[in-house]
Amino acid sequence: MNSARLVRIIGTYGVVIALAALVLFGFLRYDRFLGLFNVMSVLRYNSMFALVALGMCFVIMTGGIDLSVGSVAALGSVASALASPHGIVAGLAAGVGAGLAAGLINALLVTRGNLMPFIATLATMLAASGSALLLAGNQTVSVSYDSGFTAIGQGNFWIFPIPAVIALVAYAVGSVVLNYTSTGRTVLAIGGGEDASRLMGLRTDRVKFLVYVASGCLAGLAGVVLASQFGAGQPIEGVGWELFAIAAVVVGGTLLTGGSGSVLTTLAGVLLLGILFNVLNFENGMGWISLSAYWQSVIRGLFLLVVVLLQARLTARRETA
Amino acid sequence: MSDLATPSAANDAGNRRFDVFGFLARYGTVIALVLLVVFNLAYTRNFATLQTLNVNLTQVCTIVIVAVGMTLVIATGGIDLSVGSLMAISGALAPMIFMGTIFPVGNIYLAVAVAMVASILVAGLFGLFNGWLVSRFRIQPIVATLVLFIAGRGIAQVMTNGNLQTFRVPQFQWIGLARPLGIPAQVIIMAVLVAAAAWALHRTVFGRSILAVGGNEKASELAGIAVSRIKLAVYAISGLCAGLAGLVVIAINSSSDANLVGLGMELDAIAAVAVGGTLLSGGKAAIIGTLLGALTIQLVRYTLLANGVPDAAALVVKAGIIAFAVWLQQQHRV
Repeated sequence: MNSARLVRIIGTYGVVIALAALVLFGFLRYDRFLGLFNVMSVLRYNSMFALVALGMCFVIMTGGIDLSVGSVAALGSVASALASPHGIVAGLAAGVGAGLAAGLINALLVTRGNLMPFIATLATMLAASGSALLLAGNQTVSVSYDSGFTAIGQGNFWIFPIPAVIALVAYAVGSVVLNYTSTGRTVLAIGGGEDASRLMGLRTDRVKFLVYVASGCLAGLAGVVLASQFGAGQPIEGVGWELFAIAAVVVGGTLLTGGSGSVLTTLAGVLLLGILFNVLNFENGMGWISLSAYWQSVIRGLFLLVVVLLQARLTARRETA
Repeated sequence: MSDLATPSAANDAGNRRFDVFGFLARYGTVIALVLLVVFNLAYTRNFATLQTLNVNLTQVCTIVIVAVGMTLVIATGGIDLSVGSLMAISGALAPMIFMGTIFPVGNIYLAVAVAMVASILVAGLFGLFNGWLVSRFRIQPIVATLVLFIAGRGIAQVMTNGNLQTFRVPQFQWIGLARPLGIPAQVIIMAVLVAAAAWALHRTVFGRSILAVGGNEKASELAGIAVSRIKLAVYAISGLCAGLAGLVVIAINSSSDANLVGLGMELDAIAAVAVGGTLLSGGKAAIIGTLLGALTIQLVRYTLLANGVPDAAALVVKAGIIAFAVWLQQQHRV
């Protein structure tokens, strides 16, 4: 049991330490790294990914997976852009509503249809992508600039970007739900052993249902932020977001087998991957190296590799202990 | 999955009722394919032409080639998300060799031969790396192959600096453009590959071992099957198939774009495997089924497009088909 705790401690603090080290490195090396502008733009840009990763984190903790988040975000961005002339609330409702619909389909397929999450959400991914293209008529849909809709993505709350505030609130809520509610504990119990949880009388199907619905809604919300931030609903955006989110969750120390995990380290995982890219930009700006943007994905992949190898080592040690 | 808790009485009562599902699950893909052909013969103009056949076959070829490797991986209970990225790598590497970007080439035939062998082998080596992660470190296949899914396309982009490589090299492009006896070359490659894989899966020790590993890994290990080696092999084969498919794609296009080659291929291949009746949990595999699955998906898309339905709507229909096909299998399994 002791090394199980070790796994959790390294899983929890490893990513935080790495994040701190990376930030320190950036601070010492680049002039404006911790400047207000850079910090706020990193937060603003990564808040969409943070929202998607939060939903993914919950799904993964139940032992499932949600491949549809990227195209659901695209669908949400289109829906909210179409509704944006009617105001902030309409745009928000349309985007989140689209996400809710997709999440409901996932939830029904997984709990009622007994489909493997991988396949169910793969199907939803294709369907959402097709619906987004149909809704948008195969082109980007520009949002209305008169209704105040763009404030969601571009506005500030005091000095903080509004999307970052939204993401922070979502993570706070997520953390409370996971740690202090019976629903949250059931999420972890399902991931630890679904049959055992059901036999113990936990309402596994209902909680799984909720988790997929929540993931859909968060993806829809990320779509709203996307549309608002870039001024357009983008039906072909969101490709690969699901895998970025999975990577962030894994880097954050959540095991993909489910049953354990943490919301806040997922946020650290998102920031770590995001800041890695930021550091790369600064390094290029210094002129010492000239790594093209393409190195970004190579480095992210390597990073993921290191993390999963580390996880595998720790899990193996736990099994033998 | 969660079938363990089903009381056996319900199971017995269900057996008769589920016979319909069983029949559909086994022959559903064939029935769907036949229905589609009949529908098209009746409603789609110019359907019964050689050109229609060629168009559909050439479009489905690369998916089938990748899906054959994917079927073997899935039969062991794994999955390979990296195939699209590996296609990009082999598609980026081959032109660099036969156009002399890396080293000067004298004889074009020699250069093409080296290019083809080297790029397929490199993709195979990356596949081996996937297998190594899965078997040596017991990393879940979906995560292990996610590494190369992310990094692989980046590697291809870094190799080419993101630039489009265009070429006109008939000595190479026969793989996608030649038509011996009127049959596209890649269709022949696909057919040979499908036949070889179907034979290997059902008639060789290696094939039976793959199914055994997917059926029950612990038991296979105890029965003396070299589980790690089997896993290494299937991921390597999947890599080789992806490498080959990458070459076919760039040969057809006369160009190689690392950003686009094989994009989304992992999902197409997995969909073909799932619709074809291979269990995604492993232990049962149908190579011919994969071929039929890919053909069905392709024909659905063709039918919709030929009758004026927009491509985006075809995506939605495709999603429905995948979900329904897998759901049907699930009913059979209960």
